[in-house]
Amino acid sequence: MAYRTHLMICTGTACVSCGSFDIKKELEQEIRKHGLEKEILVVTTGCQGFCAQGPVMVVQPDEIFYQKLTSEDIPELVEEHFLKGRPVKRLMFTPPGEETPVPNINEIGFFQKQRLIALRNKGLIDPEKIDDYIGRDGYKAIAKVLSTMTSEDVIKEIKTSGLRGRGGGGFPTGLKWEICSKSKDNPKYIICNADEGDPGAYMDRSIIESDPHSVIEGMLIGAKAIGAHQGYVYIRSEYPLAISRLEIAIRQASEYGLLGNDILGQGFDFNIEIKQGAGAFVCGEETSLIHSIEGVSPEPRQRPPFPAQSGLWGKPTNINNVETWANVPRIIIRGAEWFASIGTEKSKGTKVFSLVGKINNTGLVEVPMGITLKEIIYDIGGGIPGGKAFKGVQIGGPSGGVVPSSSLDLPVDYERLVEVGSMMGSGGMVVTDEDTCMVDIARYFLEFTNDESCGKCTSCRDGSAAMLEILTRISDGNGKEGDIELLEELGRAIKDASQCGLGQTLPNPVLSTIAHFRDEYEAHIKEKKCPAHVCKPLISYRIESEKCTGCKLCSRKCPANAITGEVKEPHVIDQSQCIKCGICYDVCKFNAVLVETGKS
Amino acid sequence: MGKLNIEDLEKISQKVKKANLLRSGSARAKITVHMGTCGISAGARNIMNVLLKEMEGKESKEIILTTSGCAGFCSREPMATVELKGKPPVKYVDLTEEKIEKIFNKHVLNGEIVTEYALSIGSEREP
Repeated sequence: MAYRTHLMICTGTACVSCGSFDIKKELEQEIRKHGLEKEILVVTTGCQGFCAQGPVMVVQPDEIFYQKLTSEDIPELVEEHFLKGRPVKRLMFTPPGEETPVPNINEIGFFQKQRLIALRNKGLIDPEKIDDYIGRDGYKAIAKVLSTMTSEDVIKEIKTSGLRGRGGGGFPTGLKWEICSKSKDNPKYIICNADEGDPGAYMDRSIIESDPHSVIEGMLIGAKAIGAHQGYVYIRSEYPLAISRLEIAIRQASEYGLLGNDILGQGFDFNIEIKQGAGAFVCGEETSLIHSIEGVSPEPRQRPPFPAQSGLWGKPTNINNVETWANVPRIIIRGAEWFASIGTEKSKGTKVFSLVGKINNTGLVEVPMGITLKEIIYDIGGGIPGGKAFKGVQIGGPSGGVVPSSSLDLPVDYERLVEVGSMMGSGGMVVTDEDTCMVDIARYFLEFTNDESCGKCTSCRDGSAAMLEILTRISDGNGKEGDIELLEELGRAIKDASQCGLGQTLPNPVLSTIAHFRDEYEAHIKEKKCPAHVCKPLISYRIESEKCTGCKLCSRKCPANAITGEVKEPHVIDQSQCIKCGICYDVCKFNAVLVETGKS
Repeated sequence: MGKLNIEDLEKISQKVKKANLLRSGSARAKITVHMGTCGISAGARNIMNVLLKEMEGKESKEIILTTSGCAGFCSREPMATVELKGKPPVKYVDLTEEKIEKIFNKHVLNGEIVTEYALSIGSEREP
């Protein structure tokens, strides 16, 4: 008998870590208890995007979205909704600041403005079942390519579509394929770059976890276009769930003859092997990545020659990132014109962003190019928690830059982001609010890149260390006149003198925060003041004796026992004991605790 | 199944599409069986079983079957609502196994409303 209801439970990494496999077990148990196991199917899907609300589940065909589920909720949910047909309101999503829950997934703002191409199958298929992918027109594109198109046709289609690399650089994909296809040497190789390393970015992991076959099919199409018969997926070993789903997908595709020899009986051969990286940031750079697959030290090398001419084992190699590959099958099926009709003049299609930081709706979103930052942050992201003011958004991770609140109306595409001193990067968006210190953010990213520099170029290795030292000095209150100018000079020199993208972009977070928030740097240096009250050496807490009622709440909560005073008498903070954790400030009901910064 | 050719791929695609149709939210017909306490005690489960069997047997395409709570007219349970794409929903009352079979074959499959069992056409609205 056919099932009447499919329960699409998210088993992406975020929801799994919140217990979605336990919930699945509980669901199946309760469903059996009520004798509904032949009517209701529990389907595990990859990441559905709304990670902040996890574990999430969508009930189909009712289209009801349940969130923050726990095992304890399941008996009630099964009995009420699936047996008696009464959806459970308390488990639905209520938008921030509102009171009524929104039952239907299509009416939730977070999902409404998204346009899905790379993530077209998220939440709709079980990533471990190849048939589910085939049922969503999967492998139809490679069938079309192998039976009706030449390599030139495929390259022309991708060029016309305007697809550009989603890993950060934004190089036109079709052109890249063409250059590689024209290289005379053989054999040729295809690589999928899944070495996603930006802090806070997890687009590629989610695509592989929710729809691994879309990446495999994209690689097949690329292989046919350039004439390669061997492909590699380079993925970090920190992504165990993605690796396991990819392994299952490769095995199932091989069983169906969609990988291997004589694919679909059309005389084309292609195999894919998984190569696990150890999580070094520099391995996302293509020449380092190639070195890592070859088994040598993963340091970048000078380009040219580009991998398209001389890549893996000195042979022509085409590298694209996960999201780029996932777009390819859809372009073949729907046509280049369709794809080119979405987006802006030079940036076509959609982009997946991970929305993190000071934002209500943390999660993974796919939006058309050219959408404004305001729409992403407010309409999809639900705005800033606690009604705080939006300050800026760091786009492109440690290689990108911060876009200030004055640019909220900026249409997001490759060109416009570069114009404001940021970049698309792989698509990490870290949202900041009034409580975020820009010097601190810059220092955080520099700490990361300094740590991850491979050490080959002096400019990157020692330059990042020098910049970090200055930034640390500034946030410690020891900044000197001329530090800002020194940072700018160092930044320019590191960009010029470094060989690969890591060094060429690492000054960006510092340079862009200086460009947009120079006054904050100056306050740190000249007035020894942290306007956002973040840099601990520059702030102090004090109790205003007129307001203090002597309730003793702060002194009880203080982890350093730094607060003393008699009941109903004003309390005092011992500055030598205070660790500046801010707990007293948070717990005081009378606003008697003040946070101060500056010379006084 | 072994190695596929393009036709095999298409066959799998069609089969899975049908089985997973209810995930896409847009079907030609939607049948809702009202399964409040009143509905269940009046035999709504049997109505559901008959529909599940009918859908299996008839190779029926693009039909989704779902449940909802009490429709508010408890004395006339079991009840079901049939909604064809682009048409107003039709509520059927006092259902029996024979009646729902007839409704399925006439209304759901052939688009003819079974007026003798129908209570109303259209739904209540929010003010």
